[in-house]
Amino acid sequence: MRHVISLLLENEAGALSRVSNMFSARGYNIESLTVAPTEDPSMSRMTIVSIGSDDVVEQITKQLNKLVEVVKVVDLSEAAHIERELMLIKVRATGKDREEMKRMADIFRGRIVDVTESTYVMELTGSATKLDSFIEAIDRSLILETVRTGVSGIGRGDRILRI
Amino acid sequence: MVLTGAEIVIRCLQEEKVEYLFGYPGGAVLHIYDELFKQEKVRHVLVRHEQAAVHAADAYARSTEKVGCALVTSGPGVTNAVTGIATAYMDSIPVVIISGQVPTGAIGQDAFQEVDSVGITRPCVKHNMLIKDVRDIAAAIKKAFHIAATGRPGPVLVDIPKDVTAQKCDFSYPKSVAMRSYNPVIKGHTGQIKKAVQLMLDAKRPMVYAGGGVILSDAADRLTKLVKALGFPITNTLMGLGGFPGTDPQSLGMPGMHGTYEANMSMQYCDVLIAVGARFDDRVIGDPAHFAQVARKIIHIDIDPSSISKRVKVDVPIVGNVGDVLDEMIRQLEATGERPDAEALGTWWKQIDEWRARDCMKYKNSDEIIKPQFVIQKLWEVTKGDAFVTSDVGQHQMWAAQYYKFDKPRRWLNSGGLGTMGVGMPYAMGCQFAHPGSPVACVTGEASIQMCIQELSTCKQYRLPIKIVNLNNRYLGMVRQWQEFFHGNRYSESYMDSLPNFAKLAEAYGHVGLEIDKPGDVEGALREAFKRKTDLVFLDFKIDQTENVYPMVQGGKGLTEMILSSEDL
Ligand SMILES: Cc1ncc(C[n+]2csc(CCOP(=O)(O)OP(=O)(O)O)c2C)c(N)n1
Repeated sequence: MRHVISLLLENEAGALSRVSNMFSARGYNIESLTVAPTEDPSMSRMTIVSIGSDDVVEQITKQLNKLVEVVKVVDLSEAAHIERELMLIKVRATGKDREEMKRMADIFRGRIVDVTESTYVMELTGSATKLDSFIEAIDRSLILETVRTGVSGIGRGDRILRI
Repeated sequence: MVLTGAEIVIRCLQEEKVEYLFGYPGGAVLHIYDELFKQEKVRHVLVRHEQAAVHAADAYARSTEKVGCALVTSGPGVTNAVTGIATAYMDSIPVVIISGQVPTGAIGQDAFQEVDSVGITRPCVKHNMLIKDVRDIAAAIKKAFHIAATGRPGPVLVDIPKDVTAQKCDFSYPKSVAMRSYNPVIKGHTGQIKKAVQLMLDAKRPMVYAGGGVILSDAADRLTKLVKALGFPITNTLMGLGGFPGTDPQSLGMPGMHGTYEANMSMQYCDVLIAVGARFDDRVIGDPAHFAQVARKIIHIDIDPSSISKRVKVDVPIVGNVGDVLDEMIRQLEATGERPDAEALGTWWKQIDEWRARDCMKYKNSDEIIKPQFVIQKLWEVTKGDAFVTSDVGQHQMWAAQYYKFDKPRRWLNSGGLGTMGVGMPYAMGCQFAHPGSPVACVTGEASIQMCIQELSTCKQYRLPIKIVNLNNRYLGMVRQWQEFFHGNRYSESYMDSLPNFAKLAEAYGHVGLEIDKPGDVEGALREAFKRKTDLVFLDFKIDQTENVYPMVQGGKGLTEMILSSEDL
């Protein structure tokens, strides 16, 4: 099962390595990890996507909670939540592909943010699966680079993660 | 008051009432050593290797309810300390390690004696921090002691660059620590405790399984009271020995790989298992799938939520400090006025007594050759069961755990989690500092003792009258035993050749050395040793080379799949 774990942690040197270290030391998997400070600069918010059985994910949450710098942990995937990821993708855009790329960007509500005679850089946000399907939908051989941020997540409605 | 970083470090240790600081100097900690020199409150103990400094601090903590403290220099000082830190971590022992670091400007430059101490220790500490500003020292050390001692205890490392110890700032020691990210649960959930008490009252075949958490939370008195009131059988793990009197008839001895037949059978076939500060580790329950074959309800009390349902699913989890939870259990039990079903309990005890009648701890003694079990039994008799006993790792460790009956907590010091050969003598040192005047014995093997043998010198300097009981079988005995059982008697590299004459070696360090090779001399030698109140006596017992530890559950096997004696092989 895929789980989206969200945590608040002290914005201190070494906190990130303590988290990632725990995953590798205990053999847990990380699909993606994103982290940045929150509106309170002393605290960071991290989203980790991990795949594991319910038992494993229960252990992951407990082990995260045990880290001294971790303030709070929730498994967002337990209830309604929103996931977003940002992708920057550079494609070859010449001849008839140029028009086709523009069309695909529109369909996926992407934006072209850099243009040269032969390339486009497009910006897309959405769930990880939406970004995957965009990659599926375009001609593979035209992709020059992709950069993805990894998933950020937030609970819907009254589900609020703060101290 | 304006002080230098080094002065602040020492002031903090004084505020924390550190009696002994086990350490070893070097470039990065010279300012701190200079301040140590100028005061008398914190007494420094100069070990001969940093590993021993941390082990001794760890033993000081294990044998008291205080936090141990060690001081090491940067680079090799820290790397030498890592084994000690990991050992303390695995057994949840509260230790604060202060390490020197190269000056802040040199960090990351591959400077002389630079190592990423915070990085290298991160997986084996409860917490660690690098202090980059002199104004942060006091708060960091306060936090370090707080984190080490509270919740599930553990080692905390504070890494301080040399320049920071020279800088000055105003000093005041914080009175308390408030951390939004760290608030361990203390009291257990009353509703959960109520459920547990009901389960215990309804049990037909109850069993108490108590671990190191009982010792760490100083709850042996409460545990004993509860178990006595209920009349339940109890087993204490390797880390939990002394949590309930080992000589009491309700005690079934130790469970697990080298546990008693009756303890393992009762763990397996009980209908309600009450786990108290124990963590169902692989050396205790063996294969979890085999353990799960029999249905039973499990109550699990632990301060660390991540210990609960980690290897074994439990029915009633109670997160909290063992002592506080037991207090509440006793209170609730008394309030109900109920007692467990006496008839069912009687039948259960009859079954247990049948298992007990197998007498799994019997061994064939000899008039010719010294049996290790016999030495431990005599040690127990001679010290009237009241000594502090440390051990190293191997067969001798298991024999000490099996045959020395611990009636009190914090009397038995060993490396249960990491299984670190070499802890024995440093543990005896830390313990003797904490309990001057009390008998301290170090049960060891000729291989383990050589891993920290240099500490004989420290023992001389501080006149530590510890008694070293060397069960000398000329083999890495535990390794040889596994090779005998599982590798067709191919004793690959497990023979200890070229051993020193230990008695003479001890004498070379200025101690007393005795060599004993006849069973008839064992008791006399032990008596003689303990009579010498001011001498370290190294007792080199030449024991049977072929003796094995029984019972044994092979790694990965089920708890009841025990080899009881050589006839079962
Ligand atoms: C530092 C370290 N290295 C290796 C081991 C593996 N090991 C476990 S027991 C043992 C043999 C110990 O021999 P000895 O100290 O003579 O004790 P005995 O088993 O003979 O009683 C070894 C090598 C260990 N536990 N620790």
